[in-house]
Amino acid sequence: MSFNPIKRIVSPAVLLPLDHVDTDQIIPARFLKATSREGFGKHLFSSWRYQKNEEPDPEFVLNGKNGKGEILLVGENFGCGSSREHAAWALHDYGFRVVVAKSFADIFRGNAMNNGIVPVELKLAEHEELLNYIRKNPEAELMLDLPSETIQVKGSDKLKFNFVINPFRKECLTMGTDLVDSLITRKEEISQFEQNRKQK
Amino acid sequence: MMQKTLFDKIWEAHEVNQLDDGSSVFYIDQHYIHEVTSPQAFSGLRQRGVEVFRPKQTIATADHNVPTQNQHLPIKDPASAAQLLTLSQNCSEFGVSLFDLEHKWNGIVHVIGPELGLTQPGMTVVCGDSHTSTHGAFGAIAFGIGTSEVEMVLASQALMLNKPKSMKIEVKGDLNPGVSAKDLALYLISELGTDGGTGYFVEYCGSAIRKLSMESRMTLCNMSIEMGARGGLIQADEITFDYLKDLEFTPKGEEFDNMLERWRELKTDEGALFDISYSFDADHILPMITWGTNPGMAIPLNSTIPDPVRSDGSPHKEFLSAMNYMDLAGGESMLGKPIDYVFLGSCTNGRIEDLREFAKYVKGHKKADTVTVWIVPGSRKVMEQAISEGIEDALQLAGFELREPGCSACLAMNEDKIPPGKYCVSTSNRNFEGRQGPGSRTFLASPKTAALAAINGWIAV
Ligand code: SF4
Repeated sequence: MSFNPIKRIVSPAVLLPLDHVDTDQIIPARFLKATSREGFGKHLFSSWRYQKNEEPDPEFVLNGKNGKGEILLVGENFGCGSSREHAAWALHDYGFRVVVAKSFADIFRGNAMNNGIVPVELKLAEHEELLNYIRKNPEAELMLDLPSETIQVKGSDKLKFNFVINPFRKECLTMGTDLVDSLITRKEEISQFEQNRKQK
Repeated sequence: MMQKTLFDKIWEAHEVNQLDDGSSVFYIDQHYIHEVTSPQAFSGLRQRGVEVFRPKQTIATADHNVPTQNQHLPIKDPASAAQLLTLSQNCSEFGVSLFDLEHKWNGIVHVIGPELGLTQPGMTVVCGDSHTSTHGAFGAIAFGIGTSEVEMVLASQALMLNKPKSMKIEVKGDLNPGVSAKDLALYLISELGTDGGTGYFVEYCGSAIRKLSMESRMTLCNMSIEMGARGGLIQADEITFDYLKDLEFTPKGEEFDNMLERWRELKTDEGALFDISYSFDADHILPMITWGTNPGMAIPLNSTIPDPVRSDGSPHKEFLSAMNYMDLAGGESMLGKPIDYVFLGSCTNGRIEDLREFAKYVKGHKKADTVTVWIVPGSRKVMEQAISEGIEDALQLAGFELREPGCSACLAMNEDKIPPGKYCVSTSNRNFEGRQGPGSRTFLASPKTAALAAINGWIAV
């Protein structure tokens, strides 16, 4: 999968500060029958986003005036449950490039990075500070700077927080490359490993 | 020498290389795929112009999206039919073995791998499905991956990973009669939370674990992901070896004996350190059921739904939202609650032991008129065994029908959907909002609890 390289993202934040949002909520199983990676964005958070008559639910954040942006702010254990990468594809297709959380489920975190989405895990207090600020200033823009591993409210150095990302994954995200290519170049090494193992 | 855990030993034996940033190129022995999470991985290979690197080490099955009746007929839903066709085309193009619908070895990926002897102690096992943790029951490192990772394994038989932290969960003593591995799993998740295992790989040990059958061990390891752990494993022992002997893909004769010698050495060294350890007493564990919308919202069957107000007077928002969705209230009792559907099946409880258990409790009774019951074997082998053991006859006498294998109402991708607002006692693993169909309401429980609900029409003990 190729995606646009990410270095810096400036965008208002979309707020969905719920905990334990599982991948069945991000994209329900009935939408998993497709065989391509495209077009999942319209089903993102489908059960919350649409009413029974399939009309957009005006109460749900994505349908409101602050429902569009490249940065999504969620609570803890985001993306738990199924390993479906469709969750990451749906978020990306909708336009999100950054998800800011208190914590992520393991498989989701990997899936996000493999699809050009930066998972930003903040300390609880910092997460709360950021959330409160955006609640009061919904038009405020956030700025992600991947090389320096920081996210901040644009123009405010006080509301600037560090996060940690695996260096190799960071390189992939900033170059727009994925791990498949990198593993393909290692096939010889892998064959050698298989040989050595047989002799043991 | 430093003492090592079982997990450390298997991990180290599969490290092709360690990279500067601390991650590892990690070798995969056994890879399983299915129709839902593999198509985009094959398209990726095609775009890059690469082959499957070790086609013999990948096995494919059709399970998530298949009908559970009349599998011999063409599939009605065009999108499902297209997805299954794509799988079979991909497998033939790339030289991967497929146990397609109606194949004698077809079934849910986490049921067939073990029952065919493809999953063995000491292996690394992955699949584009989070419940790959099931295979840890054999003393293997097994975990779910995303589709990009499926592509990595197809392209290179390896992944790039950071080693997870290790967690030990010891369960001492003996499980009470009538308490199953499913109850144990729900108990552990309710104690540790749905993210209690995030970042960890679990080893289950202790006398209560040692006594579990292989089917029960699979049920327990299956649910590891529901506490957020990447996987959970159990040291292989005589119960494992007995189970594996003579299966289709296990080595035979002298080769088996040689493997046995190696498998017997695969254990955690005395005094090896875990990053975190928990210990539980088996006799505290009672039959469990979930009332809410994640597997951690579980209580003993005979107790009441928790109060949504915390002791400091603040509302428990998550509980309130779950109660709202489930239309239940704090303080309500689960026993006697009328239900509409029962689902016996899934990779958690769709094995022969589960069907036997269900049949045991419904024998001599009749299905309640108010309940729709779906009994879905985890594989064609399980289905055939249920027929040959007379389980199907017993079920029919009691008014039940045995369907054909598949994931079915566990994730409701096929027509087996619980209608909006209806209650289902389900032996599957997830009670998320809408998991069993839009608006569906799920109570996760053991096969025994499912059987009692099916004949009574309400939750009973
Ligand atoms: S039975 Fe359910 S949990 Fe198991 S593989 Fe199928 S969908 Fe996933």
